[in-house]
Amino acid sequence: MKGDAKPATLVDKIWSAHAIVEREGRALVAIDRHLLHEGSHHGFAQVRARDARLARPDLTFGFADHYAPTRPASALGAPEAMEMVRRFADNTAEFGVESFMLGDARRGIVHVAAPELGLTLPGLTIVCGDSHTSTHGAFGAYAFGIGASEVAHVMLTQTLWQKRPRRMRITVDGGLFPGVSAKDIALSIIARLGGDGAQGHAIEYAGSAAKGLAMAGRMTLCNLSIESGARLGLIAPDETTFAYLKGRPFAPDGADFEQAVADWRALASDADAEFDREISLNAGEIAPVVTWGVSPDQAAPITAEIPAPEGANAEATRDALAYMGLRPGQKLTDIRVDRVFIGSCTNSRIEDLRAAAAVLSGRRAKIPGLVSPGSMAVKQQAEQEGLDRVFRAAGLEWVDAGCSMCVGMNGDLLAPGERCASTTNRNFKGRQGPGSRTHLMSPAMAAAAAVTGRLTDARPLLEGRM
Amino acid sequence: MRPFVSLQAPACPLPLANVDTDQLIPARFMRRPRSEGYGPFLLYDLRRRADGELDPDFPVNAEAYTGAEILVARRNFGGGSSREAAVYALADHGFRAVIAPSFGDIFASSAIKNGLLPARVEDADAEALIAALRSREIASLAIDLPKQTIIASDATIAFSIDPVWKRQLLNGWDDIDLTLNEAPAIAAFRANDERARPWSTPRREGSGS
Repeated sequence: MKGDAKPATLVDKIWSAHAIVEREGRALVAIDRHLLHEGSHHGFAQVRARDARLARPDLTFGFADHYAPTRPASALGAPEAMEMVRRFADNTAEFGVESFMLGDARRGIVHVAAPELGLTLPGLTIVCGDSHTSTHGAFGAYAFGIGASEVAHVMLTQTLWQKRPRRMRITVDGGLFPGVSAKDIALSIIARLGGDGAQGHAIEYAGSAAKGLAMAGRMTLCNLSIESGARLGLIAPDETTFAYLKGRPFAPDGADFEQAVADWRALASDADAEFDREISLNAGEIAPVVTWGVSPDQAAPITAEIPAPEGANAEATRDALAYMGLRPGQKLTDIRVDRVFIGSCTNSRIEDLRAAAAVLSGRRAKIPGLVSPGSMAVKQQAEQEGLDRVFRAAGLEWVDAGCSMCVGMNGDLLAPGERCASTTNRNFKGRQGPGSRTHLMSPAMAAAAAVTGRLTDARPLLEGRM
Repeated sequence: MRPFVSLQAPACPLPLANVDTDQLIPARFMRRPRSEGYGPFLLYDLRRRADGELDPDFPVNAEAYTGAEILVARRNFGGGSSREAAVYALADHGFRAVIAPSFGDIFASSAIKNGLLPARVEDADAEALIAALRSREIASLAIDLPKQTIIASDATIAFSIDPVWKRQLLNGWDDIDLTLNEAPAIAAFRANDERARPWSTPRREGSGS
């Protein structure tokens, strides 16, 4: 950056490096990576309708995840889902897109596997037809979810028309207590901002607690940016980022890596750069959080009670409690759960599985549940560490990688009325199957719920274990 | 894309906040090609009773609101998943505009690309419209996009929309055609960028470096 230039934020710097032209109040933005999953069939249909090819298949990568079977039963139970995976394989092959399909050891949930492969780098623009693309912001990438029309636009032009987002900085300082994780920071932020509180904004996470997170935690934090309505979330790249990236298959190596690191260091927001909105949190005040409603902002510390419907949100609260089968004043720790799910692009990395295993080790689950690692690489790593044996000994099912019970497209679903302690990202009505009731929480908290059969503070169960 | 300039049409109230895209169209219907039509899947689970039958009291099902082309809802409409299928379901059902205090960003962006107007109004205005439509005091609304107004009987309500989206809707622009006209600028940018950021392309065997 030149000394006389206006101070800029991380978002401004990436934006400036990618704006090709500005027209009518928006910019045509160059896209560095386009990630695809089975839902891309609408985009491929639009390309086919124009009798066109992809502009940059070399920057496009496919991951079978949304409909991927996680166990033999899910493949048999959902033949239509298998058909979606096959159609995706056909489309990517026809259009020359390198893809990671069933049977590939590099396959996984797109937001877990792409970073593992070194496809996600600081300073890149990354898009995918999936709202949780904000995950990749953990590396200091400008990454956001797009709809099918935009998927087709990127396929045909490797660009997108975008409005410059407003800039929000969320500073999380202080130290997290043991048993409190990135998920708890994120849910605390969402509860404070509301489900639409960050609309139109790009969030930069800063502060010692945010920067103190390993890449897995940073990905969890950025992943959930969309749940407060933000366009994206990101964290300035630093030594933690560079150490993670070095040696990854698609990441630059040798002299290219050295130049890249030098360029990446310059991405951090300038000291006096201005943000449109600033928020700060004290990490030391954050307790494990669970959701009690049908929107991720309907969340509270595990030590709290179900709120009474009052104020502007009274009707939404009443509606949520009716759907969830809960009543005001009920202690969160009194809520019984039927099932547990540990997985999804939010919380399925090796660090997440270790946290869950720390609670479950030597204990039995009182309820059935599924543990789905975020990628086949995570699965292999977990098995090397013996985590699979901990989950199995506790009575949980250890399955393959995929979106699985977060969205249920592959047939991994809850029964109507079933209540699930889930490490996923959305507690929407019917998200995990018609009539399903979802409580979002961290992996340690989901494991604690498995052990007791109700929503439970994981901290006492972790004493002497972490 | 079909332009949107003005619309006078029957309107339907949806007195709910946080109608996320999972509710607008549950994930299990998204395997189908668009050509089959997504209208029948709109709000599929919300519109039904526990026994799977359509709930005649749910506004979108109610006879009084048959033929509605405008939907009026509460805040954070279309938040959540990026599925454009949510827009397809609304459009294929016959809706051409949604009026609400706030919208999910990705939903609103996809709506524009399909000629569906996301009109943002104050909370109080959304509540007043919902109440008037529920009591059958009014049955239809007149939307004027150039003036950014909604006329309900004798009341005029202002709505907001991003100026870029407004132009797009008025002109019925197709983004892809616009972008293909920028091909020289894109090529020049790419050539310069490859020199400036040699590390930005994925490293592959035989790709040098």
